[in-house]
Amino acid sequence: MNLPTITLVTFGFFEQDFLEQIARVVQIEFDYPVNLREGRIDLGEFYDPARRQYNGNSILKFVDSMSFPDSIKTLGIFNVDLFIPILTYIFGQAFLKGNSGIASIYRLNNERYGLPANSELLLDRSKKEVIHELGHTFGLIHCENPICVMHSSTYLEDVDQKKMQLCHHCHEKLSEFGKNTNQVKE
Amino acid sequence: MAKKISILIVDDEESVRDSLFNWFIEDGYRVECAEHAKKALTLLESDQFDIILADIKMPGMDGLEMLRRIKSINAEAIVIIMTAFATVDTAVKALKDGAYDYVTKPFDPDDLTHLIRNATKQIALEDENDNLKKKVNILENVEDLIGNSEAMKDLFREVESVAQTSASVIISGESGTGKELVARAIHANSTRRFFPFVSVHCGALTESLLESELFGHEKGAFTGAMYNRKGRFEMADSGSIFLDEIATISSKMQIELLRVLESKTFVRVGGNKEISSDFRVICATNKDLKGMVQKGTFREDLYYRLNVVNIHIPPLRDRISDIPLLVDYFINKYCTSMNKPPASIDASALKRLQEFNYPGNIRELENMIERAIVVGDGKRITLKDLPLEKTIVNNSTESLDDFEKAFIQQILQKYSWNISRAAKALKVDRVTLYHKIRKYDLKPLDQ
Repeated sequence: MNLPTITLVTFGFFEQDFLEQIARVVQIEFDYPVNLREGRIDLGEFYDPARRQYNGNSILKFVDSMSFPDSIKTLGIFNVDLFIPILTYIFGQAFLKGNSGIASIYRLNNERYGLPANSELLLDRSKKEVIHELGHTFGLIHCENPICVMHSSTYLEDVDQKKMQLCHHCHEKLSEFGKNTNQVKE
Repeated sequence: MAKKISILIVDDEESVRDSLFNWFIEDGYRVECAEHAKKALTLLESDQFDIILADIKMPGMDGLEMLRRIKSINAEAIVIIMTAFATVDTAVKALKDGAYDYVTKPFDPDDLTHLIRNATKQIALEDENDNLKKKVNILENVEDLIGNSEAMKDLFREVESVAQTSASVIISGESGTGKELVARAIHANSTRRFFPFVSVHCGALTESLLESELFGHEKGAFTGAMYNRKGRFEMADSGSIFLDEIATISSKMQIELLRVLESKTFVRVGGNKEISSDFRVICATNKDLKGMVQKGTFREDLYYRLNVVNIHIPPLRDRISDIPLLVDYFINKYCTSMNKPPASIDASALKRLQEFNYPGNIRELENMIERAIVVGDGKRITLKDLPLEKTIVNNSTESLDDFEKAFIQQILQKYSWNISRAAKALKVDRVTLYHKIRKYDLKPLDQ
């Protein structure tokens, strides 16, 4: 049997180096090999013309329906403005203790806020969002520690304030979930 | 550990329910959903939710009607109303009907986070407030009044029923029986408990001082009155005033007091403005007030005004079955305050304590235990740690022989059964003492 993996599926154009750097930190944080894949869908199906945004709930369900051999968690990476019906926007969302999540870099880009482009900052923010949503799929809830990557962040300032890693407390919880996951697989 | 907050989402749109469910579950809340008001009300019958997020427009019963029904079941429930069509009228209506807040869909993620965070803070404060109130009640009710005897059980029942009213009370009993504690228990069990309990020891103050103490004074009312000062009656507004040793007040003060009790208004010394205050009067005395009325030293009209309810506290010698409980309580109290491990007491020492007459009642017992803990080895209280020698003990001593037996036993214990020293203290020779020991069959008590 092959080792279980985490799959990052991209929808839209992303630099290969950008994705590989994200994959590297994900692998370090969760200790699973990471596969990068390209997804192909017509995002128009998820577009809400009234809000001029993409429905995060429907997209998450679509990603959840994708299956990849040996993949225990799948995360879709997008570059479109996501919303859920009750909120004006989201950076990403995931099924808690589920198999999948989504994250968008659309609102992580400085240029959206009239600031000069900063590719390093965008990469850092993207890594944090991807790890955050994957953390939820492993069963981690929002952490009160403001520098933990699982801290809830509704503004970019919150994202910038936190680190790219799980705090000690969340790491311990992740190890417990990891053990359970392995036990199931065996 | 902080309790897990539960949220109920009520909205007819599945996508809204799902979105909120996923959002809150990631924050670690317990979340349930209902697609209409009827289901929400059914869920609320069997389960408790801290926060209810409800859409205003739903088929069947709308959010506002549901809010009214929820509030009629649980007035403390935190209900947040959501709507896609915001109007000032509906917002005002929702808030008037008791909604915690009102939000317009869709809202910013940050607004939602703050809204829930504020609501959880309020829940935590309310819980803390409830717990503190319970703790205050436990302190007043359980820790202060100790006793398991029938006399004390009757007293507890009396305190409980009197506390529910605002009637004036006279607490009678010998010195040291705990009259102030009973007064505090009445206050603590009454609806006035969150307002002041003001205590005045009438016996300790001269007439003019008592007048100024009770009614307050204006600046310049007398030499030394540098500032305006509130009186105790004013301070006790909405609460209770405890007048200890009421029998000691002068006839002038009796008239003043009667007038205040009748009108609940008074004027500060040196002032001219009438002040009103809503207080309950609880008095205490160790004198026979009724006898004083008959002798003409206490006003009859004041006596009847104060004596709406009379509570008598029995002396400790009439409820010796409470002594072990009181001893345990005082040992714990003083060991804790002196940072010592809990001590125990010898059976012989406890037996002697139960035989004692206690002219100073519980105060005397308390002092004995405090002293025993200070002078003793800190582990076990024995007879020699108790200052019982000065008093001829057994209150059942009836004959001269009983008296002699108890006195010799006491002296022998004092000198640890050293016959020569005990004989010397008794001013008899050793042979006589041996003769008495045989006659009364005396033995060392702590063996």
